This record gives sequence, C-alpha cells and structure tokens, in this order.
Amino acid sequence: MAAREPSRSWLANDPRARGIVTQGLLAAALVALAWMGWRNVVANMQARGIPMGFGFWDETAGFDINQSLIAYSAVSTYGRAFWVGLLNTLMVGAISIALATPLGFAVGVARLSPNWILSKAALVYVELMRNTPLLLQLAFWYNAVLKTLPGPRQSLSLGGFVLLNNRGLYLPRPEFAAGAAWVAAALALAIVAAWALRRWARRRRALSGERAPVTIAALVLVVGLPTLAYFSAGEPIGFSFARLSGFNLAGGVQLHPEFAALTFGLVTYTAGFIAEIVRAGALAVPRGQSEAALALGLHRAQTMKLVVVPQALRLIVPPLTSQYLNVVKNSSLAVFVGYPDLALIFAGTVLNQTHAAVQVMAITMAVYLVISLAVSFSLNLFNARNALQER
Amino acid sequence: MPTPANAAYVRRTAAPALPPPRLSQGAIAWARANLFSSALSGAATLALVALALWALPPLIAWATTRAVWSAPDGALCRAHQDGACWAFVAHKLDYLRYGSYPVAERWRVDAVEIVGAALIAWMLWPRAPRRGLGAALFFLGFPALAFALLHGAETLGLPLVDTLLWGGVFVSLATALVGIVFSLPLGVLLALGRRSSLPIVQAASVVFIEFVRGVPFIVVLYMANNMLPLFLPSGWAPDRFVPPLVGTALFAAAYMAEDVRGGLQSLDKGQVEGAMALGLGYWRTTRLVVLPQALTRVIPGVVNNFIGLFKDTTLVAVVGMVDFLAAMDNAFKDAAWSGPTILPTGYVFAGLFYFVFCYGMSRYSAAMERRLAVGRAG
Repeated sequence: MAAREPSRSWLANDPRARGIVTQGLLAAALVALAWMGWRNVVANMQARGIPMGFGFWDETAGFDINQSLIAYSAVSTYGRAFWVGLLNTLMVGAISIALATPLGFAVGVARLSPNWILSKAALVYVELMRNTPLLLQLAFWYNAVLKTLPGPRQSLSLGGFVLLNNRGLYLPRPEFAAGAAWVAAALALAIVAAWALRRWARRRRALSGERAPVTIAALVLVVGLPTLAYFSAGEPIGFSFARLSGFNLAGGVQLHPEFAALTFGLVTYTAGFIAEIVRAGALAVPRGQSEAALALGLHRAQTMKLVVVPQALRLIVPPLTSQYLNVVKNSSLAVFVGYPDLALIFAGTVLNQTHAAVQVMAITMAVYLVISLAVSFSLNLFNARNALQER
Repeated sequence: MPTPANAAYVRRTAAPALPPPRLSQGAIAWARANLFSSALSGAATLALVALALWALPPLIAWATTRAVWSAPDGALCRAHQDGACWAFVAHKLDYLRYGSYPVAERWRVDAVEIVGAALIAWMLWPRAPRRGLGAALFFLGFPALAFALLHGAETLGLPLVDTLLWGGVFVSLATALVGIVFSLPLGVLLALGRRSSLPIVQAASVVFIEFVRGVPFIVVLYMANNMLPLFLPSGWAPDRFVPPLVGTALFAAAYMAEDVRGGLQSLDKGQVEGAMALGLGYWRTTRLVVLPQALTRVIPGVVNNFIGLFKDTTLVAVVGMVDFLAAMDNAFKDAAWSGPTILPTGYVFAGLFYFVFCYGMSRYSAAMERRLAVGRAG
C-alpha cells in the first residue's frame, strides 16, 4: 500500500469515477434539454392557443375519407379517423407483404437460375427497383399510368373478370348466401383432419419406416370436403363481377387507384430487395451441403426442401423481417398519392386541423414503434425456434 | 522396354490431340449449358427472348427515333404522341437544376457542385494521395463553403438568396450532403454510446436509435417541421429549410450508427486489449486503434446507406422543399407543355438520373467490399 503513488488515487484517473461523472453530466444535460424543450413547448402552445391534452380525440373531424374499413363519415371524431388511418396502413402493409414475398422469392430464384437470360432479366429488375426512389416509382404508376387509363366505358378487361380503368381496379367479389358457413366449417374440418393425418403418418414412419400417401390424401380432403359441402348446401357462394351500368361500374370490389398504385409500387419495389436477400441466403449455404444431399440419393426437390431451404431460411428471415418493417414504414408514402393511411390522415390532416402537434406526433410515433416492436418480437420467437442447435 | 519382335508398328511420338467435340465448345455449347439446359429452361429462354423482341424495339424507338428532341413548346410533342418529348426536359433543364435560383447567381451552385464532386472523388478514390485531407476538407471545410456560396454571405459580397427560391437537383444534393456530413460523426458517437459500458450513455443511444429507426422518414420530417419550432424559444424562427434538414440529419444518424456498430463489432477484441495494455485510455484507443479500422470496414455500408439517403431526399417534398422530383412535378404543371407524353418522359428522365447516381455508388460500394475482403484475408 505504501508503494502506491498518491497521484494514482486521484479521482480523475479512476475509470469508475470518470464513468459516473460522464454519466451524471450526460443525464443532467438530457434532463436540462428536455426541461427547456418542454417549457418552450408549453409556452409556445399557450401563445398559439393550442390546447394541451387529448381533448381533440372526441371532437368532430369534419373531413371525409374516401376509403375506410370501418364506418366513417365527416361527423365522426378525430379518434375514429385515427383508427381508419391505422387500419388502412395495416391493410396496405399486409397486402403488400403478402404479394411482395412470393414475387421477391421468384425473382431471387430466377437470379440464381443457370439460365443466363433469366438470371440477367432478374438482375435488371432488381437493379432498376433498388436504384430508383420509391416515390418516383409510385408517382410513375399513379400519375403516368393509372391516371391516364381510359374511363369506365373503355375499361381494360382481363376476360371480363378483372377490369382496370382510371377509377381503379375492379375484382370479383365473393358473395355468401345462407349455407356458406357449412363450406367454411368443412374447410376448417378438412385442414384439421389433414394435419392430424400428417402427424399420424410421420409417427408411423418414424416407428416402422412405412410411408403413407399423405400429400394426396390431404389434397383430396382439403379440396373434396368443401366441394361436397358446397354442392350439398346448394351452391351458397357466388361471385359478383363489375359490370357497366350507366357511366360507372357496379358490382365487384373496387380498389381505388391510390390504393392500387401504392400497393403495386410497394410490391414491385420491395420484391427487388427481397430477391437480393433470398439470393444472398441461398448462396451462403455451402455447396457441400447440397452435394452431400445428392450423394445420399435425395433428388433435387428433396435436396432443396430438406437441406438447402431450411439453412437458407435461417439467414433470410432476419433481413426479410426488416424488409417487412420497411414496407410498413414505406406505406407512409401514401401521403404523396393521397391514400388515406395513418401518416396522411392523422399526422397530416388531423394535425393541421387541431394543431396539436405534440400529441399527434407522440401517438403516431408510438403506433409505428409498437408495430416495429411486435414484428421484432415475432422475429426473435422465430429465431429462438430455428437457431442452430450447437452441441 | 524392348520392342516385341512381332510388332508391326510402334508409335514413337504422342499423337496430336484431337479438337474437342464441336458441340462442347464455343457459342453452341454455351447456349446449351446456359440457355437450353432443360426443357423448362429452354421454354423460359424462348419466352424471355419473345418478350424482349416484343417490348424493347418499340421502347427504344419511343426514346430515340420517334422522340421529339427540340421544340419551342408542347405543340410538336402533342402531335407526336408515340415518342418521348425530350424537348420538354431540355426546355426545363435549368429549372430542374436550379429551381428559381436567380440566374445571375447560378454560378455559385455550379461552383459548389464542382468542388463537392472533386472532393468526393479525392476522398473515395482508393489510390488518391492524402485521402484523409480530402475527407477532412469534405466534412469540415466544404459544408461551410457550400453554405456561404448557396445561401450567400454579404461580407464576401455574395448577395443572400432566399431558400424560397431554392429548388431542383442541387437541393436534392444539398439535403443528401447535410445528411451525410452530420450523420457520420453523430452516428459514430451513437454507435460508441451503444457499445459503451456506461448504462445511461448506452440507454440514451439505444432509445434514440430505435425510436428513429422505428418511424418512417415522412413522420420524422413531419415531426421536425411541426415540433422543432415548438421546442425552440418563441423568438427563434428557423429558416423553413432548417427543420427538414435537422430531421434528415437525425434520421440518417440513427441508420449510420447501426452501420458503424457493425464495423465496431467486427473488430477483433485483441485490438482494444492491445491498446489498453500499451496504456492508451478510452478516447485514444478509440481514435487511434478502433475507429481507423472500423470506419474503413464500414465504407461499403456507409455508401449503401448514402444511396438510401439520396433516394429518401425525394420525400422532403412533403414539407415543401422543392427537390429534383418536386421540381419535375412543378414543371409538369406548365400549360404550354401539357400533353400525354410529358409525364412519362419526365419520369423516365428522373429515373435515369437517380439510377445513374445510385447504381454508380452501389458499384463503388461493391468494389470496396471486394477490396476490403481481399485485404482482410491476406
């Protein structure tokens, strides 16, 4: 102890003490910044006559929204408008993800194809999508393509089932009569039965090595049972198609051009990114894996299904999830095409009408953060289930 | 070995090698392996060739032979509806580049762009001498120069140019510049903070990074535009460009931080331990040992990040800044140039512009990645 030099014990040279001081200073600076900011906000809001609190939530919004999944009119409240915007955001996000994933996988697989021209075509697609701004693509689809389409009388038609004109995309609408519940019940029953069958066949194969034609049996169940129910219940499900009546189309499902352009743009853009993720994931699986599987006598499809895909998926899923989050975030570009999503309705119109910037922004941020956290949480669940079992 | 007595003929030299079978080399073999390796592959080849033959010639004719290259107004373009209207782009080019910037002062924009391009080339060209000096000039000197020239400085005899007049390509570039110049140091600090052992520093960094990354850029811009003025004392009224630029810098910093964190994590632990053993403290270890290695490794990531940032600058139009794409939208509104070919032409031109920039940067980033991989393996 005596050998210890006095300067060594000087507080400034002790990393722990310095850490505490640094943190204390940072915390003090953050608190001071927050306090000053808050004081300014309160003063500014009072000076401008902006109400504090969330009283605006129950006030009448007074504006119309042309697309809504729930009942909404101009006399509804701002709170109702928030839910309309949130549901529209979630809807366009979910549909875009559902469509972009298969497209992206297809392009990614095409990129890996031994066929030179197919691979190059996929490359051109990927580079075009990834190297131009999404906003430019959306503006192109919305302003230069959808808006210049002919009117309802000269709709572009795909066999009369799908119509496209400057008022949007018209799809057949399924119509359910009284017995439709039986068909749905039959479908649910068939799926449960097929799942049970697969479990039973797996267990039997593990015990005895005997195979059962599960795929065919499951297919027969899932297709056959609902079909049987459909006819025995008197064909309760039909489709209504869009037909010209007067100057407009009636029947079917109308997808507004804003929604169609946003979804189409998001799907094609995101698919370019997903394709690269898929390609990188598949290339990262060592060649020896598929060669060994082929040497064991598995054929190509089995090699892909049992050896390559499970390993590639482990690498694909994390970046894929962040792409899914990007889709939800990019859906806020709805602002530019006028699709009433959360950003346009709530962070835009509601904010401009109520001037309650702090409250509206806090809610908007919270919503996007909750979505992000929910998706990250499910990713972590997936990772935990599929992580490499190291011994 | 002695020749057997009954041998009629013994070859003393090797026979010349036969050429490989004709179908296993050259264009035919390549086509068999790469275009027609199976029935399905052959069908895909034929389908894609048919598609290309159907789509490409009209597209090329639209852009070249049938296009209107020069015209005083839109009448000629309205008459030729089956070709692009490049005359529109040529006519609006000055507006697309400078917005409403006063004509007499446009040399200042040109000067900033030329100096910026030269500094970027200096900084990014791997064999350039004293790249560190180039980077220092780009990150410290150039922003000041750009601000003085673009905004104006009366002490230097440069009249002020109101940001209301700013627009076009240089606004896109300036936004991206502000994003990159502020986000890199901020991102490095945030990344260091996130890996810090001090809990408050770490928590503050994590909260900031995750908050910003969880929210769309448009919401960040809305927030900057609506909330920044509220947070400032009532007397302060920032220029209308300041809030979106602050938003851009903070947004880019959060993404930059995650890239830099990747570089920090890839660094071998022994580097820090070695520096500590030599008696270097935290800041000197970071400055002399950690950052030089980590930052070199993250160059590809930073460039990719910059591509995203450059594409995202199109979104600043939502708070009223007139970037290149917004200038294009304004140009579309000119009644003298209305016509069905104007919009496709304008969007194709804008697409080419962004594509050339972003594709060039992504090639650079890929080349750097290969270079770094070689360096690390050797």
